[in-house]
Amino acid sequence: MSVSHPLPHDSAALHVTGRARYVDDIPVPAGCLHLAFGLSPEARGVITRADLSEVRTAPGVVLVMKATDLPHANDVSVAAGDEPLLARGEVFYHGQPIFLVVAESHLAARRAARAGQITIDPRPAILTIDEALAAESRFEGGPLIWQKGDASAAIAASPHMVEGVIEIGGQEHFYLEGHAALAMPQDDGGMLVHSSTQHPSEVQHKVAAALDLPMHRVRVETRRMGGGFGGKESQGNALAVACAVAAARTGRPCKMRYDRDDDMVITGKRHDFRIHYRAGFDADGRIGGVEFAHYARCGWSQDLSLAVVDRAMLHADNAYHLPAIRIESHRLRTNTASATAFRGFGGPQGMLGIERVLDHIAHALGKDPAGLRQLNYYAEARPREERRKSVQLTPYYQPVEDFELHAITAALLERAGYGERRAMVQEWNAGHGVLKKGIAFSPVKFGISFTLTHLNQAGALVHVYEDGSIHLNHGGTEMGQGLYTKVAQVAASAFGVPLEQIHITAADTDKVPNASATAASSGSDLNGMAVQAACDRIKSRIAGFLATKWEVTPNEVRFENGQVQAGAQSLPFARAARMAYHARVSLSATGFYKTPGLAWDRGAGRGRPFYYFAYGAAVTEVVIDTLTGENRILRTDILHDAGTSLNPAIDIGQIEGGFVQGAGWLSCEELLWDAKGRLLTHAPSTYKIPTASDRPAVFNVALWEGRNREETIYRSKAVGEPPFMLGISAFLALSDAIAACGPGYPSLDAPATPERILAAVNRVRAP
Amino acid sequence: MDIAFLLNGETVNLSGANPAQMLLDWLRTERGLTGTKEGCNEGDCGACTVIVQDETGTKPLNACILMLGQLQGKSVITIEGLAGPNDVLHPVQSAMIDHHGSQCGFCTPGIVMTLAAAQITGETDYDTQLAGNLCRCTGYAPVVRAAEAAASQPVPDWLVPAADEVVRAAEDAGGPHLPRTPDELAVLLMEKPRATLVAGATIVSLRATKELLDFSEVVFLGHVSALQNIAVTDDTIRIGAGVSIEALRQFLPAHHAHFAAMLDRFGSAQIRPAATLGGNIASGSPVADAVPPLIALGARLHLRRSDIRRDIALEDFFLAYGRQDIQPGEFIEAVTVPRQPDRLKVYKLSKRFDQDISAVLGAFDIAVEDGTVTTARIAFGGMAGVPKRALHTEETLAGQPWSRATIEAAAAALAQDFTPIDDLRATAAYRMDAGRGMLWRVWHEDQGETIALRGVAP
Repeated sequence: MSVSHPLPHDSAALHVTGRARYVDDIPVPAGCLHLAFGLSPEARGVITRADLSEVRTAPGVVLVMKATDLPHANDVSVAAGDEPLLARGEVFYHGQPIFLVVAESHLAARRAARAGQITIDPRPAILTIDEALAAESRFEGGPLIWQKGDASAAIAASPHMVEGVIEIGGQEHFYLEGHAALAMPQDDGGMLVHSSTQHPSEVQHKVAAALDLPMHRVRVETRRMGGGFGGKESQGNALAVACAVAAARTGRPCKMRYDRDDDMVITGKRHDFRIHYRAGFDADGRIGGVEFAHYARCGWSQDLSLAVVDRAMLHADNAYHLPAIRIESHRLRTNTASATAFRGFGGPQGMLGIERVLDHIAHALGKDPAGLRQLNYYAEARPREERRKSVQLTPYYQPVEDFELHAITAALLERAGYGERRAMVQEWNAGHGVLKKGIAFSPVKFGISFTLTHLNQAGALVHVYEDGSIHLNHGGTEMGQGLYTKVAQVAASAFGVPLEQIHITAADTDKVPNASATAASSGSDLNGMAVQAACDRIKSRIAGFLATKWEVTPNEVRFENGQVQAGAQSLPFARAARMAYHARVSLSATGFYKTPGLAWDRGAGRGRPFYYFAYGAAVTEVVIDTLTGENRILRTDILHDAGTSLNPAIDIGQIEGGFVQGAGWLSCEELLWDAKGRLLTHAPSTYKIPTASDRPAVFNVALWEGRNREETIYRSKAVGEPPFMLGISAFLALSDAIAACGPGYPSLDAPATPERILAAVNRVRAP
Repeated sequence: MDIAFLLNGETVNLSGANPAQMLLDWLRTERGLTGTKEGCNEGDCGACTVIVQDETGTKPLNACILMLGQLQGKSVITIEGLAGPNDVLHPVQSAMIDHHGSQCGFCTPGIVMTLAAAQITGETDYDTQLAGNLCRCTGYAPVVRAAEAAASQPVPDWLVPAADEVVRAAEDAGGPHLPRTPDELAVLLMEKPRATLVAGATIVSLRATKELLDFSEVVFLGHVSALQNIAVTDDTIRIGAGVSIEALRQFLPAHHAHFAAMLDRFGSAQIRPAATLGGNIASGSPVADAVPPLIALGARLHLRRSDIRRDIALEDFFLAYGRQDIQPGEFIEAVTVPRQPDRLKVYKLSKRFDQDISAVLGAFDIAVEDGTVTTARIAFGGMAGVPKRALHTEETLAGQPWSRATIEAAAAALAQDFTPIDDLRATAAYRMDAGRGMLWRVWHEDQGETIALRGVAP
């Protein structure tokens, strides 16, 4: 059976030969035009004059459009209707698109876009969390507050208390392929759009509105993205809509791709957060109550911010049973690029808040932070029949019924030699003055499902041709995570045929309508089930036909090893397909899946937003230089729960990559703006994602041998986002190394750049 | 300009081409070779890596900042030309599949080309080789596993450079844009004093790719081979302005090991073979990493304008931020460094260890005899608008006992030498702290303390 084998990515051979096509690689018909946006030079203000005469006369320019030139809807927002494609009289962040240039070449468009004479009457820009709070500049009237128990009373009743603040920086996605779209006008007035997007159905929706067409006239195709990480969940809308509008107007194919600097300036990033915390605990470190205040900088438009910041609240407990908790969440509107989805979707920030609390408590009590974490864990999962009495509730009242971390943690700490190495680190530090080591353990419990419940659905389309070859399509998009491979493995396993017999095709709104974004780690859970449902329908028809022919019952007909068989009767799959076709049996089916059991009231903070939790744990050891704050990850050990893995090689790839991306977020990746709200770190020369030598020198990653307690596809678990948060262990290890320099608590902010580390070293030495 | 080079083994003759057009742009838009990707358009991500071969060897280079005019007489291999006859995969390609080295695949062609180049040059320090190839998906672990697996395989015979053909293509090289000798260059620059000089193009290209400027007149320095020599005599080391950072990195270990090790972090495997010492100096950048070590070594800079030659202390070349002591028509011929015992310590500090622009770079040449500092030459990058000597700090050290108290005093004196600025790489206060930290690091290293992060085992 294909499922659970470590098969290579379905496009691996295309990747390594350069044959894999991304949007900008698609051969275009003659006459293709190229687009670029003219951007706002101010963070906030009123456009008093837009002189585009030099843009219009620039070499190669065919068309220039402003907001008033757009024929229909001027909106590329996800839902709130607050994000015009082109600014309407006012600008709200530096880099906001104001006008659109359509030219004969990419370079001509970029050149002309810089020739615009835009006069803006500047207004005071709200750039920081403090400025937004002072101006009461927010989304949703006031803060959202969720409570379980009386946290304030619990803290007051506790013998010990810690409180503090952590600043958590944002993160640029830095997908290697920048945003791109290509629109080709069709003879019937419709539009075909190739888009580097995680959400083709939404691009279809936005393009249709921009052209005032019904959705059935717009077809969006996405074969693959060169990375997404959430950055292509909503941020590609603008390019696709721009191309479609220009293509409709000119009748020519139109293509747009952002130069890297434009991409980084225009598009949203991970939300930066400030988290205030106060926690009461006993002498053992058992937490009685916690209060959090989350302050999130959401940028100028709503985008996905409410759901993102909700998810931060939903992970304010991480793996810990908190008897009393109050979470106050502020969604601040600022004149910066609109913060958007990014792997973990708020979860990482919420999780870092509680991990900081645990770290602070361990330091205050002088206890082993790993033991302290285990002490505060939720109770181990019990068999279903025993659950009712002992079950513990999350801060949002969802019972935690599948908690795997006691066993995972014990196995990981053993494997990593944590106790022994912690002692060795202390010994090493005693003998070294300039360099100090640190070691830390951190767990992950991550909720799986879209918190907007209706998104938890998926469709699939499967065709079996009369030669036995199988065409597979579903609503999920491939951004490198191996979704297409995993889902093809599901289809191959369903039909009992080799993977080569399955042809994987591009996400296409003509084949599967109304698909959700490929996001929330849900891709293989949702699409795998939908594909299986489609395969099952075709199988049951073939089985019914053969059962009659062979005089057996349909459930005796099995699809295995490339054969369809029942008892002594056996046929190659292709032969069975041909016979079924001749017998006029339909060999095409759709499949549909919706996640069961979800119920969620986000206003009240109560319900079951998640189908299940995915778990993982990491131990990371680092060394820092106390003279400059430079640092290095020496070793990381990870044990991660992917349920019964659909593809161990792909899952380990997600874990390794997620960890490094997560560690990068908290260490070398620093976003900086100037006082006028201009992003200073808008290219890889100034924004530093991890490179090869930043990965742990020793990097041991293993999958937890488990199975999902819920009935997911082959009992697997989602793996896209959860490992990202294993990177928190690197941050905690840096904090541990700093703590070795003096008696104070490091109170390290993120990202822990060398500069912040050195400042913290100086702080703990002179508390 | 007429340009001839080999592209995946086939001769390409471009007549009337814009020599300043970037190879990446040309490959993708004019040749339809879309396997080479644009990730950043500034030479930082490596998605556009191609292999260039010439008489000096095999190099991975970033096609996004490689001008067509630089290719005269060279052989270019793109990802489309890497596999062998009948689509036989290169060993690196097979290993990348077998070890799950690609996820989204966008960085993959560049990574494959870098690793294929490393296989030819015999480099096996993959962290260093891959520093210029950003990957956002894999966390690099499977890429390095693939590299290690492919290392033992022989270089495929189809990649052995067709030397004859390259040379034949190069015979056409020459003409006004391609001087062959320093004399030709000197004459040309007097005729065209405003021409843009292009050696490796690693900095100047960004004026085209990011600022979108046209170069009206470009002079390519790559064929002035006399500027690419390193000559060692009893007294001096003379390094031609056209010597690449990679060549310098290969040369230096026998003379100044710390300097050489720092150059492992200069740019990336794609930048070092293109970037030249002369370019690094002429850029005038306050964070030109090759400069402070040379200043600390007492280097002199040799300039030429027409037939007039002069030489100055390297530090005197840098007048102020953005202003250097050079006249129109003048060019850098070489740098000379006095031969001396290797005491030089070089510390580069950046937000990311590899392939990052320095926040501070300190170079220390401190001689101690019988417990007393006899001489001290110290230079910093990133602490002022130019690379600059720390004269007060040097004075505080000279003649004093080599002791904690002296270091303490010298560290305090650093504030007299520098008033650093806040920018996106560091605050002024941190720069000062880190500069002092580097001085202390010289002391601690001398006392036998472990100071190298890279030497620490878990």
